[in-house]
Amino acid sequence: MSGTRPPGGTAPRTGYDGVAVCAPVTVPYRRYSIRSAHWFCGQALAGLLARAGIGKDEVDGFCVSSFTLEPDSAVGLMQHLGVSPRWLDHVPMGGASGAVALRRAARAVQAGDAEIVACIGADTNHVDSFRRTIATFSQFANDAVYPYGSGGPNASFAFLTDHYMHSHGAEREDFGRLCIAQRRNAAALPHAMLRRPLTMEAYLTARLIADPLRLFDCVMPCAGAEAFLVMSTERARALDLPHAAILSTMERHNAFPDDPIQVRGGWAREVDSFYDMAGLGPGDMDLVQAYDDYPVICFMQLEDLGFCARGEAPALVRERDLTTAGDFPFNTCGGQLSAGQAGAAGGFLGLVETLRQLTDEVLGTAVEGARHGLVSCFGMITYDRGLCSSAAILGRSGA
Amino acid sequence: MTGPVGPPRRKDPTRRTRLPVTPPGNRSREAHGLAAMAAAGRFALQCCRRCGHVHYPPRQLCERCLDGELEWRDVADGGRVLAETTVRHANDLYFRERLPWKLGLVGSDAGPSIVAHLAEGCERGRRVRLALHLDRAGNAVVAASPERDASRDDPRLREMVFDPRGRRVLVVDGTTGLGRHLVEAFLASGAREVFAGFSRPWNRSPDLAALRGREGVSVYPLDVTDTDAVEKLAALIGDKVEILVNNSSHVRMGGALDRLDFNITRQEMEIHYHGLLRLAGYFGPVMRARGADGPYGAVAWVNMFSAWSLVNNPELGTYSASQAAALSLSHCMRAELAAGGVRVVNVFAGPLDDEWHQLVPPPKLDPATVAARVVRGLERGLEDIAVGAVAEEIAHRLAENPKEIERSIRL
Repeated sequence: MSGTRPPGGTAPRTGYDGVAVCAPVTVPYRRYSIRSAHWFCGQALAGLLARAGIGKDEVDGFCVSSFTLEPDSAVGLMQHLGVSPRWLDHVPMGGASGAVALRRAARAVQAGDAEIVACIGADTNHVDSFRRTIATFSQFANDAVYPYGSGGPNASFAFLTDHYMHSHGAEREDFGRLCIAQRRNAAALPHAMLRRPLTMEAYLTARLIADPLRLFDCVMPCAGAEAFLVMSTERARALDLPHAAILSTMERHNAFPDDPIQVRGGWAREVDSFYDMAGLGPGDMDLVQAYDDYPVICFMQLEDLGFCARGEAPALVRERDLTTAGDFPFNTCGGQLSAGQAGAAGGFLGLVETLRQLTDEVLGTAVEGARHGLVSCFGMITYDRGLCSSAAILGRSGA
Repeated sequence: MTGPVGPPRRKDPTRRTRLPVTPPGNRSREAHGLAAMAAAGRFALQCCRRCGHVHYPPRQLCERCLDGELEWRDVADGGRVLAETTVRHANDLYFRERLPWKLGLVGSDAGPSIVAHLAEGCERGRRVRLALHLDRAGNAVVAASPERDASRDDPRLREMVFDPRGRRVLVVDGTTGLGRHLVEAFLASGAREVFAGFSRPWNRSPDLAALRGREGVSVYPLDVTDTDAVEKLAALIGDKVEILVNNSSHVRMGGALDRLDFNITRQEMEIHYHGLLRLAGYFGPVMRARGADGPYGAVAWVNMFSAWSLVNNPELGTYSASQAAALSLSHCMRAELAAGGVRVVNVFAGPLDDEWHQLVPPPKLDPATVAARVVRGLERGLEDIAVGAVAEEIAHRLAENPKEIERSIRL
């Protein structure tokens, strides 16, 4: 592995004391919708206001992530929603947007630039919109990926999976174990796209999509939204809102440009300072949510974030129980592989689920006694690798 | 699309001809730099003028030192397959009709990792040779072939070249010296059939006599100045032509001031410009419609131009001008035929060693050499084929300083 770069920043980081995350909101997913992304954002905002018992004007900050708002950005959305925020951010980081939105919003609240920030990840899915999204995803993808078989992310992750399997001797069954456990976690989630139990046989014999990937290795694009509020702990208490604390966050983009093929993400560069900030280690996590559009990227996150050594994720999923009742609760709402990938909302799913688990607002099955949750996000394969990595550790309030 | 393509088969007239669709064609301005390299058969990537760092995909500045000037340089064309996949679900119609499709991520010897089409025999871990090709939409793509023994019958690679093997070729003016060699070169390359047009029935050419008896060749009267003749032949064989080579040519010396002879200039325009227009109008639509007609569908339209179509040679001033008119028309045809996945190939040849170039000093080209270079260029999928030292020099000098060559091109 060439070009190992020095670890992340060395200056001491300020914590997120006094900042609360609350009001997990999900606009139920559907396979296709004739509604626009604006509509899903609006439904998410309405959900946040209802949950917090506040009026539209009390939200003075917005952080939005969406692929399908075009030709609008978060700016045009403000007019659609009829709001006048004094702090506005658009995070175009797809799957990495959840933890990034959180850390941006937290700093704004901490500094007093905004009092209540609504973080929203939302996308619609029209019959042809997924094809349009991947056909014009980035300049590099337009020029150097889409004209090659037009397989979209399936082909990109097929490369990463193929390479991982042959570098570490991973078997199809290893990925299957992860998918099957996540499906069990989704059984109780009412709006999950896929809730029926998945058998190993069904996993192994499903339709080939892009070798070695088969159908159940690939997320199903859908429409939906995920959202949460960031405000001061004081304000959350005043609103009587259950909330979680932010113990650490990180982001890193284009982390290892000299690796000939992606074998790790930005987490590998930040992992030490990430855990140092929280004063916790991987063993302290009661649940883990990792970005899961394809199982191989879960393996890389588990390795980069110190849950096992490089190449040992297959052993981890063999030895540990990844269900909500198990000894390593992982993607506890079933992840995107079961719930579906509602575009940029997929980058918020893990964060909103972690928040639900730590504030006892679970839609599916709760992890008993969870105090610390780690959420890891990943996004934006603009050419041959995902560029954006982010993560956060949330703690039960008072934990 | 796995396994070699089988031999061409007789078409079942009861089956619908598949309509041509082309691969995704949305490219950045920078990426079209690759097309220029592919057109000439080069494997060149953008290199930083300052630090030499090699880049892919194309971009506008150096990712290492941020220098704003990248230049295209020929780079090592070897590589190793880091990962591979076979795409079995595609969102684009072109690929959907051609699944499964093999792709690889190739670690190139030049530096960057490159997503490439994989020919058969390019498995993970294997050494491969990379090449820039033009895909059916006419845009540059990278394809990887085995280092040795690449097959001409690879179904994916065949989509990116204009291989005559198994195809039927019309050579317009196939009975001239050069025409005759073109016919032979196409036969040698494995063409299924060659139609040779002849324009002067009164001319008892030994070439015509020889072609009449040649196996795999049929001879048809075809005068490109005669609209009815072109229409008649198109009606007869237009739906069988998969490669059309316009070899019609009318070389006469003379410039604009000293030879006020409109008969000659009209004839030049009739043959070079209107002749091409007639062929385009009657053969073009059928070829465009047959761009996806099986593995041996229509694939290329070849124009045999003089290198002086690129810059006027005053000694053959009106000739050069009519060639330039035809060259401009070819760019129009390239855009129009692209919809069918049929590519326009322009050959820029130096002067031939024939009777009409008697007063032109050497080097002059042996028609056999020109024919061989054209067919080899089609096998490789080149869009611009400069043949001979004169043509190559003109291309280089034009790229360097068009004003210089304009002033000093006289024979």
